[in-house]
Amino acid sequence: MNGFLDGFFDIPSDLQHSWLGLIGLHLREALLPVLAGLLLALPLAQLCVRFRWLYPPVLGATTILYAVPSLAFFVVLIDYTGQTELTVMIPLAVYSLVVLVPAIVDGVRSVPQETLAAATAMGFGPVRRYLQVQLPIAVPAILAGLRVATASSISLVSLGALIGNQGALGNLLAAAQKYDRPELAVNSVVTTAVLAILCDALLVLLRVVLTPWMPNGARSRPKTGGRRQRPVPQDVIR
Amino acid sequence: MESVTKRYPDGTVAVDRLSLEIPDGSITVLVGPSGCGKTTTLRMINRMVEPTEGTILLDGEDIQRQPVTTLRRSMGYVIQNAGLFQHRTIVDNIATVPRMLGWGKQKARARAAELMERVGLDAALAKRYPYQLSGGQQQRVGVARALAADPPVLLMDEPFSAVDPVVRKGLQDELLRIQDELGKTIVFVTHDIDEAIKLGTMVAVMRTGGRLAQYAPPAELLSDPADAFVEDFLGADRGIRRLSFFPSARLELTTGPVIPLDATAEQIAAPGADHLLVTDADGRPLGWGAPGDLTAGDIRPAELLPHGRPFVPGTDSLRAALDCAVLSPTGWAVAVDAGGRVTGVVSQQTIGEAIRSAHAADRADEAKVSS
Ligand SMILES: Nc1ncnc2c1ncn2[C@@H]1O[C@H](COP(=O)(O)OP(=O)(O)O)[C@@H](O)[C@H]1O
Ligand SMILES: [Mg+2]
Repeated sequence: MNGFLDGFFDIPSDLQHSWLGLIGLHLREALLPVLAGLLLALPLAQLCVRFRWLYPPVLGATTILYAVPSLAFFVVLIDYTGQTELTVMIPLAVYSLVVLVPAIVDGVRSVPQETLAAATAMGFGPVRRYLQVQLPIAVPAILAGLRVATASSISLVSLGALIGNQGALGNLLAAAQKYDRPELAVNSVVTTAVLAILCDALLVLLRVVLTPWMPNGARSRPKTGGRRQRPVPQDVIR
Repeated sequence: MESVTKRYPDGTVAVDRLSLEIPDGSITVLVGPSGCGKTTTLRMINRMVEPTEGTILLDGEDIQRQPVTTLRRSMGYVIQNAGLFQHRTIVDNIATVPRMLGWGKQKARARAAELMERVGLDAALAKRYPYQLSGGQQQRVGVARALAADPPVLLMDEPFSAVDPVVRKGLQDELLRIQDELGKTIVFVTHDIDEAIKLGTMVAVMRTGGRLAQYAPPAELLSDPADAFVEDFLGADRGIRRLSFFPSARLELTTGPVIPLDATAEQIAAPGADHLLVTDADGRPLGWGAPGDLTAGDIRPAELLPHGRPFVPGTDSLRAALDCAVLSPTGWAVAVDAGGRVTGVVSQQTIGEAIRSAHAADRADEAKVSS
C-alpha cells in the first residue's frame, strides 16, 4: 500500500513540473484552444446564419477536419511549429471550432420567428439584434457545445506526450512506462478525468447563472440540435 | 396608403393596388381570410416589408423619408404569441424601446411599471420571466411593450388569436378601454370578423390576392356588404349581429305584468297576462310565475321560473335585448336599471317591431346621405 501511494505525487524530474504544475499546464493546453475555437466560431456561425448557403459547405469542411486524426495533424504541424505547445493546441482549437459552429448556428436559429420579428419591429438593427437577442437566447446551446468541446479537449491534450512531452498530465503515462511506475499512469488518468468533470460542472453552473430565464424543466436538458451530439472521442487515439 | 402593391420575389402578389385612408386616433381593422395579405400590408407600414409599388404616407409625409429605425420606434408592434424576449424580465421587456431611445434605467423601469398597471398586470410579475406567465398575460406584456415609448401609432397583427375565447374577450375589452384613454391610431389585423366588428371604427375587408373588398364602418358592413364575398365572410347571422349597433333605449317597456312579492290577489289577477314577473322589496327580479300558480301573500321565490339575464336599456343593444327575450322561458325580456331594479318587461314581438322600425330609419338615413 505504502509503496504504491508513496510515488503517487512524486513526479519524475525530467517532466520539469510538479503535479500541480502539470495540472496548470494541462488546463492551459486544453482550455486556450476551446477559447480560441469559441472566438472563431462566433463570427463564423453568424456568417452561416446570415448567408444560409454558407452553412452546408462550412459544415462539410469542419466535419472533414474533425475526421483528421490528431496524430496526422501533429505530424503536419511539427514542420511549422516544432515540438511546442502550439502544435498540440492548434488541432484542439480546430476540433473545438468544429463542435461549436453547429452548436451556435443551431442555437441562434432556434430563436422563435416572432421574437425576431418583434425585435425588428422595435427598431433593432442587425448587429444589436444579434448581440442582444439572438446570442443571449443561444447561450444554452453554446454552453452545451462548450461542454463537449472542453471535455474532448482535456482528454486530447494527453496526446501531446507523443510529440516531445507536450502532453502535460499525459506525459505521466510515458513516464509510467519509462520508469515502470504504474501509479503515475493511474495519477494521469484519474487527474484528467477529475479535471474534465470539474470543468463540466463549472460550465453547467455557468449556464444556470447565465440563464435564469429558462424554465426549470428545460434547464437540466437544454433543447439541443442533433449535431451537437457528436461522438466524443474520449479514448480514441486519433 | 396609395395604390400599394407588394409582389414577393417568388412572384406572389400579396397585396394588390391597395388604397386606404387610415383615420387618426381610432382603430382600423384589416380583416380577411388567411393568406390575403393582411400581415404584408401591416408590415409595409413599418417597412418590415418594402412595397413594390405605391406610396405610404404618414401625416402626409412619405414613410421612406425617415430612417427606418426611427420610424419603427415611433410605432408599437404587437404580434400573435407576443414575441417577448424570453431572456429578459417582464419590466425589461416593456422597457426595451425606451432604453433604446436613451432613457435612463430608472425612468424606463418606472414607465414600465406604469404600463403594467395600465394593461392590467400585477406589479408582482415585474421580475418574472416570460415563461412564467400565461398566454393572456404575455399578450398584455406585448401590448405594454408596444406602448412603452408612447408611439402615436400601434400596429397589431392577430395579437389575440392564440389565447382562449374568455381571455380574448378580456383583452379586447382592455384594448378598447386603453384606446378610450390614449386615443392612438391603431391598425389591427385579424381573421376573425367578430373581433373586427367589435373593435373596428373602420373595417377593411380583404380578399385573397391582396385586394380590398370593402372599407366601411362595421354597421355599414353588416347592413350593406359590397358583394357576395363580403356577405359570405360576414357569416349567416349578420342580420342578428347588426342589431349590436341599434340601441335598446327606445324599446317600449311595460310594467303591467310586474308584481311585488307581497302582491294582493287583485294585483295578480288584474294584468290578465300569461306570466307575471315577481320582484323583491328592492324591485329586483325574482322570477316568472303563471297567475294561476301564484297565491297572494304566499309567493315562493324558489318555485318561480328563472327570469334569465336582464338587459339594461341605455347600455345594451337591441341584440342583447333580443337575446334576453329568446332565452327567457316566457319570451319576455326583463329590463333593469344600472342598479339591477326592474324598469319593465318587453316581449319578443315588441322587440321585433323595434328592429323593423330601426332598419327602416336606417334606410331612410342612407337615402338622405346618398341623395
Ligand atoms: N416572404 C414571403 N415570400 C413570399 N411569399 C410570401 C412571403 N410572405 C408572405 N407571402 C405570401 O403572401 C401572401 C400574403 O401573406 P400574408 O400577408 O402573410 O397574409 P395574411 O397575414 O393575410 O395571412 C400569402 O400567399 C403568402 O404565402
Ligand atoms: Mg398574417
